[in-house]
Amino acid sequence: MATPGPSTVICGGNTSCVEVSLDNGSVIVLDAGTGIRDLGEELVERGTRRIHLFLTHLHLDHVEGLRFFAPLWDGQVRVDVWGPPSTVLSLEETIARTFSPPLFPIDLGDVPAQVTFRDVPREPWTVDGALVTAALVVHPGPTVGYRIEADGSSIAYLPDHEPALTGIEERSSDWISGAAIAQGVDVLLHDAQYFEEEYDQRIGWGHSSVSDAVAYAQALGVRRIVLFHHEPHHSDEILSGLEDRAQALVRPDEDRAALAREGMVVELPRGIGETSLVAGAVRRHSRCFAKPS
Amino acid sequence: MDRRRPKHLVLILAREFASNLATPTLIVDEEGRLIFFNDAAEALFGRSYAEVGEVPIDEFTAGFKPRTKESQPLPPERRPARIALDERRAAHERFMITSADGVDREISVTGFPLFAHADEFVGIMTIFWRE
Repeated sequence: MATPGPSTVICGGNTSCVEVSLDNGSVIVLDAGTGIRDLGEELVERGTRRIHLFLTHLHLDHVEGLRFFAPLWDGQVRVDVWGPPSTVLSLEETIARTFSPPLFPIDLGDVPAQVTFRDVPREPWTVDGALVTAALVVHPGPTVGYRIEADGSSIAYLPDHEPALTGIEERSSDWISGAAIAQGVDVLLHDAQYFEEEYDQRIGWGHSSVSDAVAYAQALGVRRIVLFHHEPHHSDEILSGLEDRAQALVRPDEDRAALAREGMVVELPRGIGETSLVAGAVRRHSRCFAKPS
Repeated sequence: MDRRRPKHLVLILAREFASNLATPTLIVDEEGRLIFFNDAAEALFGRSYAEVGEVPIDEFTAGFKPRTKESQPLPPERRPARIALDERRAAHERFMITSADGVDREISVTGFPLFAHADEFVGIMTIFWRE
């Protein structure tokens, strides 16, 4: 849940939303938590007319901002929404449940923007020159992670993930949840909601301890990990301690682990081509802003 | 770093499930390769999965001489694993094998397909019930 207030002014209090922008100007938005409200206003200011929104799953903290995403209320904007299919309902049907009375006064079908809903493909696909991969990962309910690659740069997004349930260090990489998403990426945004002692009381809830997040990154050869999906009860001060814990766990030859902070921008190493990815993390459950490099 | 193709989440979860079962259980991928069996199966087969590794399921099961009570080789179309793989439906059969300790045993085997979605077949599970 969103946790705005004086105790979260550094890391932020919004729920999950990340923008990834490509050098060619394309905009990819990861999840539609409350952070998407500010992002939407910025996209309107930029005059963005085409948006690709990738949803990892449909838990409320990842979709609750969608109704207040300003580009949806502009008939000149086209929004492609991608997400994991349910075995029972389509993505559109599921989202429509929270985008209609009695939960919201307006029906999804009355949104002015040109919105299309697409189940994520089972094989990698191309979006505006970027190669995108989605794969189911360990989290209650159908949940995917995303990998985005462009010109030799790569970013992985696994905001809600509990790989320790099925093994990390004791497994070969092909048996680790989400390996197809995270293996060898430049930057991994990964669930690190708990300290180890907190996780021990919440096994099976679908989230990771900071040590499991670091172990996961190390097992899959990730260059840099951004600790994501902050526990709502954690203040900035507590989160600072979580970041210290992560940095104590990483090997000296690795890039240091960093805590996701609202407004944070992570520039990825440029590849051979003309396109690179830039991701910014946003606050508390992080929204990531994107800036063209 | 291991560069084998990452397993589908359904297979990863199936392995975790099988790892905690006291009933011998095998997991086979959609291409018919044995990709895991649990400790209970190790006791039945006399070899650990680490020793066996990823091999075609037919190659693995042939070593146990599956046969009818009348000592006739059990044809593929009656083997639950093959049925689950080829026809993507559940199957159950009782037959004889010679286990790793050289003892002839009558066992029942249930094989069933694993679908991530209605049209996404990712492999099978096979469970061995001792008679």
